Amino acid sequence: MRTQTGSALSVSFIGEGGFTIVATDAKLTMQPERPSSFHRRRAALLSILVMGLGQIYNRQWWKGFSFLIAEIAFLIASFDFLNIGLWGIVTLGTEPFLDHSVLLLAQGIIAVILIIFGLGFYALNIRDAYRVGRMRDRGENPPTLRETYRMITDKGYPYLLVTPGLILLTFVVVFPILFTVAIAFTNYDLYHSPPAKLVDWVGFSNFVGMFQSPLWQNSFISVFSWTIVWTLVATTLQFALGLILAVLIHQKGVRFKKFFRTVLILPWAVPSFVSILVFSGMFDDNFGPVNTMLQNIGVGEIPWMTDPMWTRVALLLVQIWLGFPFSLALCAGVLQGISSDLYEAAEMDGATAFQKFRRITLPLVLYATAPVLITQYAFNFNNLNVIYLFNQGKPAVPGQSAGGTDILITWVYKLTFDTHKYNYAAAVTLIMSLVLMLVSLYQFRKTRAFQEEDLIQ
Amino acid sequence: MKKQSWASRIGLIVTYLILVLMVVVTLFPILWIIGASFNPGTSLFSSSMIPEKATVKHYVWLFTSPDSHYFSWYGNTLKISLINASLSVLLTAGTAYAFSRYKFAGRKHGLITFLLLQMFPPTMAMVAFYVLLNMVNLLDTHLGLILIYAGTQIPFNTWLVKGYFDTIPRGLDEAAKLDGAGHNTVFFRIMLPLAKPIIAVVALFNFIMPMGDFLLPQIILTSPENQTLAVGLFGFINEQFGQNFTRFAAGSVLIALPIAAFFLFLQRYFVSGLAAGATKG
Repeated sequence: MRTQTGSALSVSFIGEGGFTIVATDAKLTMQPERPSSFHRRRAALLSILVMGLGQIYNRQWWKGFSFLIAEIAFLIASFDFLNIGLWGIVTLGTEPFLDHSVLLLAQGIIAVILIIFGLGFYALNIRDAYRVGRMRDRGENPPTLRETYRMITDKGYPYLLVTPGLILLTFVVVFPILFTVAIAFTNYDLYHSPPAKLVDWVGFSNFVGMFQSPLWQNSFISVFSWTIVWTLVATTLQFALGLILAVLIHQKGVRFKKFFRTVLILPWAVPSFVSILVFSGMFDDNFGPVNTMLQNIGVGEIPWMTDPMWTRVALLLVQIWLGFPFSLALCAGVLQGISSDLYEAAEMDGATAFQKFRRITLPLVLYATAPVLITQYAFNFNNLNVIYLFNQGKPAVPGQSAGGTDILITWVYKLTFDTHKYNYAAAVTLIMSLVLMLVSLYQFRKTRAFQEEDLIQ
Repeated sequence: MKKQSWASRIGLIVTYLILVLMVVVTLFPILWIIGASFNPGTSLFSSSMIPEKATVKHYVWLFTSPDSHYFSWYGNTLKISLINASLSVLLTAGTAYAFSRYKFAGRKHGLITFLLLQMFPPTMAMVAFYVLLNMVNLLDTHLGLILIYAGTQIPFNTWLVKGYFDTIPRGLDEAAKLDGAGHNTVFFRIMLPLAKPIIAVVALFNFIMPMGDFLLPQIILTSPENQTLAVGLFGFINEQFGQNFTRFAAGSVLIALPIAAFFLFLQRYFVSGLAAGATKG
C-alpha cells in the first residue's frame, strides 16, 4: 500500500496529479503542510459521494474496493425489489388481480428495513473515511488490512456476537410489528381481500369506527375488563401458590423434599396444549369427571362450559395448575439463596412463622423475582392457548362479537382467522400492546435490575 | 417450649396435608389421560381412569396403521426441536454474553427493548410470518419454522442468560485476558462452560417449545407429511371431538413421557440456573 519502504516518508496522491511528500514520522516533528482537517473532510465527502471512495482516497484499497463492490452489488441485486417495494407501500397496488396489496405492503416494509440497514452501513463508511482521514491529518498511517482485521475482531467483537441475532430479530420480530402497525391503518378485511380486491390506506378510520359502533364498544369494554381481571388474578394466584408450596417444602422439618418438588413440577413438563385439552374434557358439563365427582359428593353439576362465570372460574383453575410449577421452581431457587442467619436472628427476637414469612421471605423473593413476575403478567395477558383451547372463548354472549371468556388476544385471533377482519385485529393489537408495554415499562423501571445497570467496566 | 413444639407439629401436619392434596391435584389429570389412552373405546366420555379391558390398540394404531403419520410427525418434531435448541443456544449465548460483558452502541436501551418486544401479541404476527416466508420461498419448510422459533425466543432467553453471565465473577475472564486469551477463547472455553446450567435451561425450553406449539406450524406447514406432533394430535380431536380422544391420549402420552423424563433429569439445573439467571437479570 505504501510506495516507499521507509517508515518516515510516504507519498500521497493529491488532487490534480501532483505528488507531495508528507512527513509522517513523529520524530521529524514536521507539521503537515495542509490545513489539519484536510484529509478527513475530503475522505468523508468522497465517501458520501460513493461508498468506498473515501477509503480508496485514504489508500485503504481492499476496504475501499470491497465497499464499492458491496454498494454496487446491493444496488444491482435489490434495485427492482426496493423500487417495487417503495412504490407498493405508497400505493398498495393499482390493479386488482395483478397487484397483491398485502404482499406489496410487506415488500415495502422489507424495502424500508433494507434501506435503513444500507444507510446505516453507509453512515459507518462515511465515519470510517472521516476517522482514517483524521488519522492522516494527524500524521499517522492509515491502518493496514491486518490492523483493520484485528480492530474488527477486537473492538468489534461484541458487534460480531450480536449481529446474527439482531438480523434474525429484525425480520422475525420487528418486521411483524411494523406489518401489524401498517395493517391497522388499512381496510384489509374480508371485503378487501387481495388479489381480487385492492387494499387501501384509510388513516385512523379503523380506530374511529371501532369505538363508534355499539357492538364493538360493548365487546371491547367487556373483553378488556375480563382481560385485566384474568391477568391479575391468574398470575397472582399461580405465583402465590408456587411461593407458598416452595416455602412449605423448604421448611426445616419437612421430609421427602425431593419427591414433592419433582411431582409438583410435573405440570410444567407436560406440553400445555395436551393438558389444556385434557382439562377441557374433564370439565365437560355432562360427562366430565369433575362434575361426576361433584355429584358423588353431593354438590351437584356445575355448568362449567355453558355459564360464562363458571367457565372463567374453570379457566383460572386450569391456568393456576399450569403456571404454579414455574413459580415453584423459581422461588425454590431463591429460597435456597437466602441466608439462614436472617431467620435465626428473627427467631431470637421471638418472631412467629408468619412474621418471618411476611418480613423476610416475601420481600426478598419479590425483590429477586420482580422482572420475571412482570413477564408472567404479560404472558397471561397474551395467553391465547388456555382460553382458545379450553373453550374457544365460549360461551357466546348475546349483543357482542366476542365470547364470554374471550380475552383480547383470543378475540384478535378470532377477528383475524375466523372473520378475516385483519384491520380491526391489527388496531386492537396496537392498542393492547401499547397498554401492555407502557405498564411493563413503568414496572420495570421500578425494579432494581435497571438501577443496577452498568456495572460493566 | 412444649407448646411451641405442639404448634410446630400441627404446622407440619397441615403442611403435609396441603402438599399431599397438591400432589393429588397435580397427578390426577396426568393419570387420567394415561388411563384414557388404554381404554378400548374411542370416546372421551366412555373412558375411565382404570379401564376394565385395558388395551394398547391405540398405540399400535399410531405406529402401524397406514393412515397414521405419527412416525413422520415424531421425526419432524424431533428434528425441528433439536435444530431449534442448538441454534437458539448459539444465538442467545452470543447475544447475552455481549450484553453482559461488553460496552457497545445500543447496549443500554437494547435490553429494555428486548423486554418490550417480547410482549407484542403474537397473533397478527402469524399473518406477517406467512407473508414473510412466502416472500423468501420458505413456506411449508421446516427451516422457515425453525428460523421463526429461533428469532422470537431471543429477547426472553437473552435476558435469562445475560443474568446468569452477570453472576459469574468478572475477575475470571479478566484474568484470562491478562494471560493473553483472545475474545473467542474466553467466550467458548471459559464463559460457556461456566454457564452450563442456564444453557441447559435454554436448550430445554427451545427443545420443548416446538413440541407444544400448534398455532404456527398449522399456518406454515401445509402438507400433511411435514406436520409436527402438536398439529397432528390436535387434528385427532379437533375434527370430531371425542371420536378420537383415546387415540389423542395415546399420542400425547408418548410425547409427554420423554419430555417429562428429560425435564426431571435436568431438574437440578432449573433450581440453580433459572433462579440465578432470572433473578439477577
